[in-house]
Amino acid sequence: MERDPHNGPAIEFRNVAYDLPTGQVILSDLNLEVLRGEILVLLGRSGSGKTTTLKLINRLLAPTTGEVRVEGSAVAQEDAVRLRRRIGYVIQEIGLFPHFTVERNIGVVPHIEAWPEEKIRGRTQELLQMVGLEPSLAARYPHQLSGGQRQRVGVARALAADPAILLMDEPFGALDPLTRSELQREFLSLQQRLHKTVVFVTHDLNEALRLGSRIALMEVGKLVTILSPKEFLHSTDPMAAAYVRAFQSGLDSDANRGTA
Amino acid sequence: MNWFHFIVQNHGQVLELTLEHLWMVGVSTLLAALIGIPLGILIAHRPILNKPVLATANIIQTIPSLALFGFLLPVPWLGDRAERLAILALTLYALLPLIRNTYTGIRGVDPAVVEAGRGMGMTDRQLLFQVELPLALSVILSGVRVAVVISVGLATIAAAIGAGGLGELIFRGLAMVNNQLILAGAIPAALLALLADFSLGWLERRLRPR
Repeated sequence: MERDPHNGPAIEFRNVAYDLPTGQVILSDLNLEVLRGEILVLLGRSGSGKTTTLKLINRLLAPTTGEVRVEGSAVAQEDAVRLRRRIGYVIQEIGLFPHFTVERNIGVVPHIEAWPEEKIRGRTQELLQMVGLEPSLAARYPHQLSGGQRQRVGVARALAADPAILLMDEPFGALDPLTRSELQREFLSLQQRLHKTVVFVTHDLNEALRLGSRIALMEVGKLVTILSPKEFLHSTDPMAAAYVRAFQSGLDSDANRGTA
Repeated sequence: MNWFHFIVQNHGQVLELTLEHLWMVGVSTLLAALIGIPLGILIAHRPILNKPVLATANIIQTIPSLALFGFLLPVPWLGDRAERLAILALTLYALLPLIRNTYTGIRGVDPAVVEAGRGMGMTDRQLLFQVELPLALSVILSGVRVAVVISVGLATIAAAIGAGGLGELIFRGLAMVNNQLILAGAIPAALLALLADFSLGWLERRLRPR
């Protein structure tokens, strides 16, 4: 029996595998549920299949076997373009259109959805404010912004058509630590108001602990475990423990250097 | 009589030949753009076609122009009027820079930008017209510039088959062993090439994405 889409998980992976055409296995036997309104962090090293998992959700990739469901219906059955327009997408390289102003960048989805011009303008101003940018930046081009500002525009653009789901692929990865921390904090407070369902890819345990409602740890194409941040820190799982050790040894050596 | 005096005294004729020249270059460039740009877009999206298409355009480019004009002469309809033939030959020569630059321009668009567009739900067509082509425009335009400059030069040879243009003065000068007559054709042709080069170069810089 199908579950009521309004109560079931926002996103569901059922026995999903993804192989490259060459036969190389990227992802195998993935079963995962993303709950409504949570921030699920996919944590793992590069090559662990995090980004692939993310792209299976908005059909940038199609699973070799298994099924991905979004809000109760299989994505394979949906029109890919429509599906993507109701899922926000932020990537590390940001992918802002260099030939569009900030305003036009934020308005990409409203434009292709043919919103009236005035509504787009109003929404853009609202979003700029939401992500903490001056309204006067609307007329600038991406190359005239700082890295942090660009990333804010990337977030605003993903939120433009008010999607229920947000996919974020290491969105703060390329920022300096202070700006990253600032954006993480703002993103959390934004999420407290918006209650989006967020799938967030990172390789940074600190970021995962800070942002995640739950952390899904991935390694060589497999889901190792899903834990809350608190559970993660005390997990006996060898993989999780290794992450925590690496994280703490970073803190310790910082501390030692401080006292030496 | 030096070349400058010749031009002044026969300005009507020189102007007419210049216009003929421009007409051949303009029409052939337009035709080449109508064929070459879509082909370039196609091979940028279908990598399998890339080698055969570029190789064909390359081979065409290696045919000596005088030989190509000669080959095409017996073709029916085409051979009836030298002008048609010249335009076809010039179109063929202009294809390579247009195909190659369109291909390079589109392949050079940051993959992250294309993926972001696709991930936000742009259709292939929206991606092409709103993202790929605008970002590739200056590279495509530099292909147009190369094509035009090549055409202006090649079009002088079209006079050998009676297609007119500034080459006529050059060939007449060669036949009469009159250097001034040769210069009266060659200098306006060179000026045309320089003018096209400068103006298209300016446009290209204006349109370059930041």
